[in-house]
Amino acid sequence: MIDRRAFLRLAAGAGTASFVGACGWDGGNAVRPLLLDVSRVNDWVGEKILFSKNRLAREYDIAERTANLPSYFISPTMPMLQDPKAWRVQITGLVREPLSLSLDQLRAMPRTTYTVKHHCVEGWSAIATWHGVPVSAIAERCGLLPQARYVRFDSFDSGYSNGWDLASAMHPQTILAYGMNDNPLSPTHGAPLRLYSPTKLGYKMTKYLVSLTFTAERPGG
Amino acid sequence: MTAPPVQKAPSPPFVKRHHWIVRLTHWMTFVLLAGMIMSGLQIYGAYARFGERGGPYYVNAFEDHGFPKWSRLGGWLAGGLNWHFTLMWPLIAGGVLYLSYLAASGEWRSLLFRPRDIRGAIEMQKYYLRLRKEHPPQGKHNPLQKAAYTFIILLGVLSVVTGFAIYKPTQLSWLTALFGGFQAARYWHFWAVWIFTGFLVVHVVLVFVVDPASLRAMISGWYRGRFPSHD
Repeated sequence: MIDRRAFLRLAAGAGTASFVGACGWDGGNAVRPLLLDVSRVNDWVGEKILFSKNRLAREYDIAERTANLPSYFISPTMPMLQDPKAWRVQITGLVREPLSLSLDQLRAMPRTTYTVKHHCVEGWSAIATWHGVPVSAIAERCGLLPQARYVRFDSFDSGYSNGWDLASAMHPQTILAYGMNDNPLSPTHGAPLRLYSPTKLGYKMTKYLVSLTFTAERPGG
Repeated sequence: MTAPPVQKAPSPPFVKRHHWIVRLTHWMTFVLLAGMIMSGLQIYGAYARFGERGGPYYVNAFEDHGFPKWSRLGGWLAGGLNWHFTLMWPLIAGGVLYLSYLAASGEWRSLLFRPRDIRGAIEMQKYYLRLRKEHPPQGKHNPLQKAAYTFIILLGVLSVVTGFAIYKPTQLSWLTALFGGFQAARYWHFWAVWIFTGFLVVHVVLVFVVDPASLRAMISGWYRGRFPSHD
């Protein structure tokens, strides 16, 4: 199985050449930029044609939960906070009022719970329940500026981050999850806070969150 | 003394058999489908089984099997995905162009297997099993060919549609559900690989065994062989 660390190299657009050299032919320097250009077109098709902000992912019964949901992180050892009480998630970028929110403050905000199917880029799928606050509620609270088109989600897992288009981030099922399967989020699944959404593949759902940055340009990842 | 001239059977004249759109899309499909299968085998290696996590898993002779390097394209998962999601567009475009040509030109009539071809297909099968001596009369394609080509076009459509079911299982959830869910759609998509591969082997063998002139016709468009080129 390909580990997630390897997968992210492409997302970051760096280090692929050396990795691929060791692993097999990917088309080489001549073809790779073309493939990435088509990938941008596919992003556009996915975000502007196939995506609907009103279409909700199917929910499942809690009896259908998968016993063990696999989990990954980038760092050599599991990322853990030195001082969990001091942790805050920063909301910055193109907002009227930057925020710094504690876990208790997030728990006091509108709460969403759903049991959905998780799709991994590797091809596996599994069902779990997630509890959290919709990203749209965060956006409302910080006063999003009209120029904001994307969001970058940053983690304390070796600098891992993801970029999302605003419509996907504002989907009603896109949440900052602090709970899973009726329990607080465990460190293996990204404690204290992770991004979750049944409309995206697992690697897009940033774990170990430290900040959300609203931007005008598409972030990497 | 002059030797009597060698009696040669007169060669039939060349006839136009395949339109350029048919030839172009035929070879395009060959190259692109090979790329799709190879990048698909690369992607498969990331999770080489079918069924929800924790099982039960579907019957699969290739469970947890990695395919050899020569058969894969992309080098690693993301590379394979980028190839797969790039080649899919020209492959679909070629398929749409081909099907539009069949519809607009009326050529579909000599290709589409219809109920009235069943009797002819039985006769053709008898001939191949040596239960009848003479080759049954046929048009551009015999009824068994029609069945094979109709089937492979449907398999192409199935591959594209199951591909979309896997590509966007939430946005196209109705499509994913139609195939029995995400894992089942992956399973059908994977099965199509082996049916395409089997078809390719039989197709190439039959070209050389039964009608080698058809290879030239698929390249240049012109045919000088034993079968009619029109119904």
